[in-house]
Amino acid sequence: MLKEFIQLRRDRLTFAMMIGIPIIQMALFGFAINGDPKYLPTVIVAHEQGTYTRSLVRALENSDYFRVVASDVTDAQADRMLAQGQAQFALTIPAGFARALERGERPALLLEADATDPGATGPALGSVQQLAISALAHDLKGTLAHLQPDAPAFEWRIQKRYNPDGITQYNIVPGLMGVILTMTLIMMTGLGITREVERGTMENLLATPVRPLEVMVGKIAPYIIIGYVQVLVILLAARYVFDVPFAGSFMLLMLCVLVFIAANLTVGITMSSMARNQTQAMQMTFFFFLPSILLSGFMFPFRGMPDWAQWIGEVLPLTHFLRLIRGVMLKGNGLPDLWPEIWPLLLFMLAVMLVGLKRFRRTLD
Amino acid sequence: MIAAAMTRTEPVATSEAAADDGIVIDVQGLTKRYGNKTVVDQLSMRVNRGEIYGFLGPNGSGKTTSIRMMCGLLTPDAGSGHTLGFDVVREAAQIKRRVGYMTQKFGLYDDLSIRENLDFVARMYSMDRRRQRVDDALERLGLASRQTQLAGKLSGGWKQRMALAACMLHEPELLLLDEPTAGVDPSARRDFWDEIHQLAAEGITVLVSTHYMDEAERCHRLGYIAYGKLLAMGTPGELVERSGFVTRNFSGADVGALSHELEALPAVTMVTRFGNTLHVNGQDEAALDAALAPYRARDDLHWETGKPSLEDVFIHLMRQATDNFS
Repeated sequence: MLKEFIQLRRDRLTFAMMIGIPIIQMALFGFAINGDPKYLPTVIVAHEQGTYTRSLVRALENSDYFRVVASDVTDAQADRMLAQGQAQFALTIPAGFARALERGERPALLLEADATDPGATGPALGSVQQLAISALAHDLKGTLAHLQPDAPAFEWRIQKRYNPDGITQYNIVPGLMGVILTMTLIMMTGLGITREVERGTMENLLATPVRPLEVMVGKIAPYIIIGYVQVLVILLAARYVFDVPFAGSFMLLMLCVLVFIAANLTVGITMSSMARNQTQAMQMTFFFFLPSILLSGFMFPFRGMPDWAQWIGEVLPLTHFLRLIRGVMLKGNGLPDLWPEIWPLLLFMLAVMLVGLKRFRRTLD
Repeated sequence: MIAAAMTRTEPVATSEAAADDGIVIDVQGLTKRYGNKTVVDQLSMRVNRGEIYGFLGPNGSGKTTSIRMMCGLLTPDAGSGHTLGFDVVREAAQIKRRVGYMTQKFGLYDDLSIRENLDFVARMYSMDRRRQRVDDALERLGLASRQTQLAGKLSGGWKQRMALAACMLHEPELLLLDEPTAGVDPSARRDFWDEIHQLAAEGITVLVSTHYMDEAERCHRLGYIAYGKLLAMGTPGELVERSGFVTRNFSGADVGALSHELEALPAVTMVTRFGNTLHVNGQDEAALDAALAPYRARDDLHWETGKPSLEDVFIHLMRQATDNFS
């Protein structure tokens, strides 16, 4: 038993894993994950300004579920912000709302939600019915008091965009593609390269006229192909088993997948340059995978997490890929709408590649 | 053979100049540090064309690092040199094409078959007539009938032979063998060395590192390295002679106790025990004989004049090095 502890102490990475993983898990599950996301970014398309509009905005904000990020945008802008995921909700106040309200016509307010992740919008949408009653209570006094009966003074027309039926699979299945790619690609490259080093075959390879870069490309290329095979399998399953819609361009999705695969491969290579054996490579994969799956918005709504967790999430490639693939498949986004999620991926890749190259050179020398 | 190598890459002027004087490896002041540890310190040496150069030294003395620097795998921190006339720093790519480097650890793939392994190596060198070359190599090895067997299933001796075949595929002018016979049984070792001598006879230069003294004695010339420094260089005979060792062999029933007693004598440099025989080495013949006189007179001991062995010389060198450097 003493021997086990001595060996554990020597294997610093395993030791770190044993102490670190529970701490990370506690931090993530305890603090970061929250199934009831609040302060969701909301934009207001106000075709009419006035007391009621201001009261509504205030009421939304007071509910804690909504955070108004822009209170006067055009319909087109609101659309775009929903598509890009900058806004979770868009509230449209139609022209003539105040008059219709005062006449007791119970006018409708349009609340559009980005419902790609039903879990993120559900609680907020549940709260608005109550809100309709209380929002204008303060304004409807005196002569207008008769407008405040038991029934609310206006109606909500709620539009769950992109996923009207709130089907969880629409969100999970495309996301799963990202998770699977992360897992296999990082592990495969990590293990593949460490295996060469561990078995001593890498030295032999380098003694041949093949350049280190060629060795890398030769090691990576097969996994890109494997990655694409996985993507196709999942897409077919999404289409024929889960009936997930495919609103956007297939080629565009393939492009996003390529960027994502490349980002993951750089992680794999960099890890392999740090790992001394295959076990360590495996552990590192797990170390990277855990936050990826928990903080990316795959399992839990991204906006439900505290700021620090969101910052970490923003660094992870999976986070951006989830937005990309949901954007293409569910929202039918085009390249301009996707770009805000593509460049962070490229930046991540570049940064990791720099570290990897630096480390890799040292491994060879 | 040289012609074959030339057709693949156009010859460089420096190559011809250096190749003509028959020196294959010529390095000066090679130094490599890892952190603040100097692994190879100011190593200078020459290897002539067609000779088998034995590289000896204790574990961790810098043999592998030196070999790697000579074939351009590692960049030296200081020093310069040419291998086959190419600069070890700037022209590593040309060196790699013309050198066969056999790593200490079996560097081929256990999960590929023998043929697949050789074919892979041939591809890495982008060789012409790949099929033909692989066939020839298999034939030469006597593995043609087992070519689909996985390399991992081969015995140690066969693995070594296969690794040698793999680094001979591109017909190198220089072979660098890093402890090729570690863990190989004696008869396979003998076969391996016969092959090396055969290759040397064909004009291929061989630099081989080893721990085995019988192998060292089969080399044309030797270099002894310890603590990253080249301590001695020469033919096996020269090295023995230069050590100035005089040896007296004592044999008897109970030489074990005697060994420590003799070693304590000032005139005795080193005592080595071989079964019931003690090899007693000294550097001053007269003093040694004087000191040993009482033992030679003993009835229970038989003594004779011995021949100093390479092993004794090297162990002595290493002890001296320990005193000097650590």
